[in-house]
Amino acid sequence: MSEELEKLFKDMAQSIIDGDSDLSVELAQKSIEMNVPPLDAITKGFVVGVNYIGDQFGAGEAFLPELVMAGEAMKAAVATLEPELLKLGEARETMGKVVLATVEGDIHEIGKTLVGTMLSASGFEVTDLGVDQPAEKIIGKALDWNADIIGLSALLTTTMVRQRELIEELDKENLRPRIKVMVGGAPITRDWATKIKADGTSEDAVGAVALAKQLVGKA
Amino acid sequence: MRPKLTLLSDEIIARILAEAYELLLKPGIKVQNEEARDLLRREGVVIDPETHVAQIPASLVQRALESVPREFYLYDYHGNPTVHYGGDSVHFDPGSSGITMLNPNTLEHDTTETEHLLRLIKVAEQIPQYDAQSTAVICHDVPKDIQDSYRLYLALLYSKKPIVTGAFTNKTVQEMIDMLALFAGSPEAAREKPRAIFDVCPAPPLIWSNFGAGNLIKLARAGIPAEIVSVPLAGAAAPVTMLGTVTQHTAECLAGITIHQLAHPGSPIVWGGAAAIFDMKKGATPMGAIETAMLDCSYAQVAKTLGMPTHTYLGATDSKLVDAQAGLESGISAMVGALSGINMISGSGMLDFLACHSAEKLVIDAEGIAMAKRMVMGVKQHTDTLATGFYDDKINFKGGDFLKQKITMKLFREEQHLPSDIIDRNSTRQWKESGSLDAFGRAKLRVKELLASYTRPELDPDQIARLHSFMLDLAKKAGIEELPRLEDLEVA
Repeated sequence: MSEELEKLFKDMAQSIIDGDSDLSVELAQKSIEMNVPPLDAITKGFVVGVNYIGDQFGAGEAFLPELVMAGEAMKAAVATLEPELLKLGEARETMGKVVLATVEGDIHEIGKTLVGTMLSASGFEVTDLGVDQPAEKIIGKALDWNADIIGLSALLTTTMVRQRELIEELDKENLRPRIKVMVGGAPITRDWATKIKADGTSEDAVGAVALAKQLVGKA
Repeated sequence: MRPKLTLLSDEIIARILAEAYELLLKPGIKVQNEEARDLLRREGVVIDPETHVAQIPASLVQRALESVPREFYLYDYHGNPTVHYGGDSVHFDPGSSGITMLNPNTLEHDTTETEHLLRLIKVAEQIPQYDAQSTAVICHDVPKDIQDSYRLYLALLYSKKPIVTGAFTNKTVQEMIDMLALFAGSPEAAREKPRAIFDVCPAPPLIWSNFGAGNLIKLARAGIPAEIVSVPLAGAAAPVTMLGTVTQHTAECLAGITIHQLAHPGSPIVWGGAAAIFDMKKGATPMGAIETAMLDCSYAQVAKTLGMPTHTYLGATDSKLVDAQAGLESGISAMVGALSGINMISGSGMLDFLACHSAEKLVIDAEGIAMAKRMVMGVKQHTDTLATGFYDDKINFKGGDFLKQKITMKLFREEQHLPSDIIDRNSTRQWKESGSLDAFGRAKLRVKELLASYTRPELDPDQIARLHSFMLDLAKKAGIEELPRLEDLEVA
């Protein structure tokens, strides 16, 4: 690898670590001008930064705003490179498709949004339906879009039961294990996830990415 | 706007000062040190030859108040000004002169020796909330005659921070002053950038003992800062009312400053104390009582009216263990001290009426101090508009919107104090996975980490050799041939 290219990849990773969307976009454009294969820019440049900040967060060294800003910078960079990928006919290999939602009757979404940001930054395609979503709508979207995973959030002990209802609905329709379900939210424990036969749970967005990778067999 | 706690009106402060001046004349101040009496007599002060009670006139006190410095600094090993005595600066240091230390495993209060003091110094050295070290416990493995100087010797060897210390006799205060001069290179260097401050206690009510006054004089002449630690006990060794006790405290401080400034005008001295109420059930002196904190806040207000630097004893507890009582008494009183704008707040780490020290409590107290310091910083305006500027076109009415703003990343560290792992904000699962520990359990781990990560500061080997030979000389005079062996220090 030329020195110039090496520096570019390093700067790309750093722009993600710094959560600097303007810079990550600028570097993405520069890579296009330099005829760097867009997939290389992503995997050898930007992703290195996302992984680094994820590890730092896991170790308690980075904080939520840094994690989110890194995710946003990643998204912006990928959006810049996408038209090039299409032109070349080599879409970035997706890790999988995830439908995210907060269950019906519950309007909390910070955690879910974080998970969405981190999943996109890690190469998943994400559709975030938002909050207060009935099971039919979530399942409908998952089917239409051919999703691999449904991610279900609930913050309240009174609404977490909706997670179980959705899973029962999927089972009734024989949609599992085709569609995997991961659950999350403040009151959600591993015991609960096991009890309602979810495919897994995680306490934070970084863990959710690891879990999602595992569920799609790409860990 | 910086938040500030005040308990006294200007009118009451004026009356406290007026009555304190009256106390200096009647009943007067008992001055048990001959040299101090000579200094006063030379200024025409009437002293009873039998009782040694001096009637100190307001005019003499006011002259002292004119020459006394309004502010000064303590310096670290490298000569950086680190502790600011003056204004509303707030610093914390571990409590001093404990005689036992909590054994974190047996929960016994062990008699303290060299290893205990070193453990406390090593822990405090690495905690940013402590701006100064203290000579925290007495080392019972050395003879009494050198127990005060030996503590300073260890602090100089194992720390780079300024040191709050004190001498136990008039002879040893001079030895400690000499030690500081030797370490600094010369008496002038020790005076120019003082590394240590000495606590000096009057005896309540209204007594400047031979030892206390003698210490004041020696420190003033050496130009080494002195810290008056007046200890009125409301209801026993001082009036039962808070205002009465604060007035007595004022008189004791004014008398001390007068003697000190007569010995050498312009030398630095601090208006401090360890005032407490007297517990009427147990006959104890509770350092964690809210009234104790109220007395300290009040006398600090009096000091600030006079423009004096301030000190107090807060952040300690009377509990015997590092438990909920320890947490609430230490945390609340540290907060009161910080909000009162007291320059040096001593007492962290201490249990059992200042008798027992705990390294584990030091690391927990650091979190309370951090909270108090955050409180003192107050609510700041960081942005031109208070809120409207945050709602740009990227706002889509979602809970996480603000996490995505650059300004969040820029400002969250300034707006929020980020506590250490001593403060548990884990989910229940994470908490269970890390051992289901309480704060004391987490503090035990933290202390172990700090002791493992500690490295002795690199000092000039000649300086170490000079200091060691000076200390060894004192030890030999005190009847021992060798000092306790220091594990990680080889002295040529």
